[in-house]
Amino acid sequence: MSAAAGVGQQWVLVEMVQAFYEAPAYHLILEGILILWIIRLIFSKTYKLQERSDLTPKEKEELIEEWQPEPLVPPVPKDHPALNYNVVSGPPTHKITVNGKECINFASFNFLGLLDNEKVKSAAQASLKKYGVGTCGPRGFYGTFDVHLELEDRLAKFMRTEEAIIYSYGFATIASAIPAYSKRGDIVFVDEAACFAIQKGLQASRSNIKLFKHNDMADLERLLKEQEIEDQKNPRKARVTRRFIVVEGLYMNTGDVCPLPELIKLKYKYKVRIFLEESLSFGVLGEHGRGITEHFGINIDDIDLISANMENSLASIGGFCCGRSFIIDHQRLSGQGYCFSASLPPLLAAAAIEALNIMEDNPDIFQTLRAKCEHMHKALQGISGLKVVGESFSPALHLQLEDSSGSRENDVKLLKRVVDYCMNSGIALTQARYLEKEEKCLPSPSIRVVITVEQTEQELDKAASLIKEAAQSVLN
Amino acid sequence: MYTHVFSTKKNGVSNGTLYKKTFIEHFEQAPMYVAVLTFVGFGVGTIFGYLRDFMRAWGLEKRNIAEEREQQKDFVPLYQDFENFYTRNLYMRIRDNWNRPICSVPGPQFDLMERVTDDYNWTFRFTGRTIKNVINMGSYNYLGFAETEPTALKTVTKELQKYGTGICSTRQEMGTLDKHVELEKLVAKFLGVDDAMVFGMGFATNSMNIPALVGKGCLILSDELNHTSLVLGARLSGATIRIFKHNNMQSLEKLLRDAIIYGQPRSRRAWRKIIILVEGIYSMEGSIVRLPEIVSLKKKYKAYLYLDEAHSIGAVGATGRGVVEYFGMSPDDVDVLMGTFTKSFGAAGGYIAGKKDLVDFLRTHSHSAVYATSMCPPVAEQIIRAMKCLMGLDGTTQGLQRVRQLGKNTRYFRRRLHEMGFIIYGNDDSPVVPLLLYMPGKIGAFARRMLEKNIGVVVVGFPATPITESRARFCVSAAHTREMLDTVLNALDELGDFLQLKYSRYSKSSHPELYEETRFELED
Repeated sequence: MSAAAGVGQQWVLVEMVQAFYEAPAYHLILEGILILWIIRLIFSKTYKLQERSDLTPKEKEELIEEWQPEPLVPPVPKDHPALNYNVVSGPPTHKITVNGKECINFASFNFLGLLDNEKVKSAAQASLKKYGVGTCGPRGFYGTFDVHLELEDRLAKFMRTEEAIIYSYGFATIASAIPAYSKRGDIVFVDEAACFAIQKGLQASRSNIKLFKHNDMADLERLLKEQEIEDQKNPRKARVTRRFIVVEGLYMNTGDVCPLPELIKLKYKYKVRIFLEESLSFGVLGEHGRGITEHFGINIDDIDLISANMENSLASIGGFCCGRSFIIDHQRLSGQGYCFSASLPPLLAAAAIEALNIMEDNPDIFQTLRAKCEHMHKALQGISGLKVVGESFSPALHLQLEDSSGSRENDVKLLKRVVDYCMNSGIALTQARYLEKEEKCLPSPSIRVVITVEQTEQELDKAASLIKEAAQSVLN
Repeated sequence: MYTHVFSTKKNGVSNGTLYKKTFIEHFEQAPMYVAVLTFVGFGVGTIFGYLRDFMRAWGLEKRNIAEEREQQKDFVPLYQDFENFYTRNLYMRIRDNWNRPICSVPGPQFDLMERVTDDYNWTFRFTGRTIKNVINMGSYNYLGFAETEPTALKTVTKELQKYGTGICSTRQEMGTLDKHVELEKLVAKFLGVDDAMVFGMGFATNSMNIPALVGKGCLILSDELNHTSLVLGARLSGATIRIFKHNNMQSLEKLLRDAIIYGQPRSRRAWRKIIILVEGIYSMEGSIVRLPEIVSLKKKYKAYLYLDEAHSIGAVGATGRGVVEYFGMSPDDVDVLMGTFTKSFGAAGGYIAGKKDLVDFLRTHSHSAVYATSMCPPVAEQIIRAMKCLMGLDGTTQGLQRVRQLGKNTRYFRRRLHEMGFIIYGNDDSPVVPLLLYMPGKIGAFARRMLEKNIGVVVVGFPATPITESRARFCVSAAHTREMLDTVLNALDELGDFLQLKYSRYSKSSHPELYEETRFELED
């Protein structure tokens, strides 16, 4: 009996299997989907219904009536230091007319004096005659002119890299380049004294930012080691997390250079990519003006991306990034300031090409500029009350108060009096401006002193002695 | 897909006297088979993409992309392989339709540099020849100020000689020139507001000033199809962003009500302020913002309005003052008027205008004023002369003529395209005309064949548009003559039949005598 029952059970099993094979496909698929759906429902989390509002329509109307927003903008006091600009009449060249007074220009970043160079102007005029002013379109939609391609070619050749890409605005260059590579979840090690454009680029990228003390390689190495330990805890995540170091060649906020050879060593040791911002050092450092890589004698391929703006040494508008094609080509589709913005007006591109020609034909201006910087740096030493911040070969120096008065506002006022004294006697200076609430590490108030090739030794001496006089009369 | 909307609002109906003229916008939906075929097209492209990747990975096919350095091969890869799948396999095939270099002024006709590819678009080579007098339907040259006429550029040439090209400083340091002051006064006068401030780049105007105006604890209500610069500015500000459906006032009102009633999420504190970000003309859709309704909403709920008139300043309105004038409203209704000079004025840069408090605040707190170089003087002069021409201050009526010509050209072009049976999006008065192509194969074919006929067009696909709605976008200019437009329309007619682009179900023939024969044939 039991044997028959056993056979009966087996028989049922075989029947079941047979039915399984004979059932039509759609039936099986449907059953399969239903089973998966049930499993999903069993394992999915329950969700709470949104809090139902118990407000009556009358209460809602009252809430809407009562709500008062802040004014769109807070009122600005009339004596805000940044409200009244210095108005320059005429071009901001070596001899500049500020607020009606003629002065010698120690405030514009016209390092190589190319702002009123006749050859540059005539190249721009020729381009104006041929192309008009604007490009009326982004690069992707008939906004690419042959001058843009030529400028990119020339910049790549000058910097000895494979490829270069130009942007129509200096600020947007590094601010678009960083988010094109570094995304949410990636890690960026950046110097504390990085300029605002870098900070905005980092903010747009939504990556993890790790600040290291200015030019302190030991601090950077400590952060890198910490990251290595983190990686070992989670190797799968570490394999897809990109890392970058962002530094400037010549820092705008402090006037010194980054220790690039040590950075290269750290790059290969910890497998981090380097992005170098060379706005101030392009056209200034190095034997031929190629920037900090030439200054230290480093192979340019070791730097992943070099970004610079053409608004300082090249006396034009815009910016460029250069590096290997593998890296630069990516920005042509994902650099926001490149894809979604109109391209650089051709007359500015032609002016930049001509400026590059001049730089290549006269490589001795860099030496001249460096000599003048050294001279000025020495002449500014020993002013009572003010200290010089910056390397001796940096053309953009800061003069900070030796002893701060305690409040930033008072420091700014004192420095303003020094600047006004100098302006009234024929030397145009300016204070370095910052957005106090937005900077990550706000530098102390300072006066910016810019040295250009066009300034003679007498003018440098005159400026130095005038600043001394001003400091004495205001600060003592 | 947009639902079919064929809305006409006249006086006396629901919105009462909000709209002073008829407001007609079209967003016709294509027949179902078009959507199916589009997906099939992308599917085939994807399958071949996988096949190609497989062949490249196994060395059966040459790798054409640049590679990482040998010394850095053990670094974390810079790009995810999958991120670039679309670029490598779909975009590369039709890459020759973008980034076409030109070598003349971008006026109504221009010269293209001829380039060929020997390896299926991986690299390009210039043959040295130029394709001359291609009709330009792609550049944003609405009023035709992109010109090289010596008399027109007389003042610009003079200023270039006087000032040079660089500034080398920021607005707050030593970069404010008398030219900037002159330009700002003129812009304020042109728009009819208290004061204005100009910036060196249009994109940067949005991305650097929105963070100055709003911060944490504020709410931004942004239209679905806003430009990247607005989205970037909103993100950088740190405020909460909520998106409302494109030009949909019910969606916006619901968001406003919910925001005020429920406050900030979780903490329920009231929002510090609410700002609505919209554009005058949306460049991918060709639609015009429903300004009267938005202004009445903003007044009712005490929100602020930021209007980005990049494409509409100079292009709409009886005297070219933008959408504010187009709807017959006062510039005081809009809190922040922003625009760019790249499109209608043939220059570069952007501006923000409004009440004096607003502009003073921006002079002290805008990121651009403190850290970015100011506008270059010859470009400023170009804007000044274009604006003076528009305002009639140069003694001629040329400005007004240009605006009227643009309006005429726009209406003619759109009417003819409707009659031919293409699906066109957008408002009848907008000079941006998107023509829907839908299928990926047609994008490449359309642009290439139009170039063979000596017409330069712009085509856009994913990711700038939704994946099923690839389009060709025409920008009508005041400098286009009737003959040029007719040439383009005839070419479109031919190509539309060849590529079967005439999807509209509402076409009326504009030349009944030409088409009658075929109609009768079919009816047989």
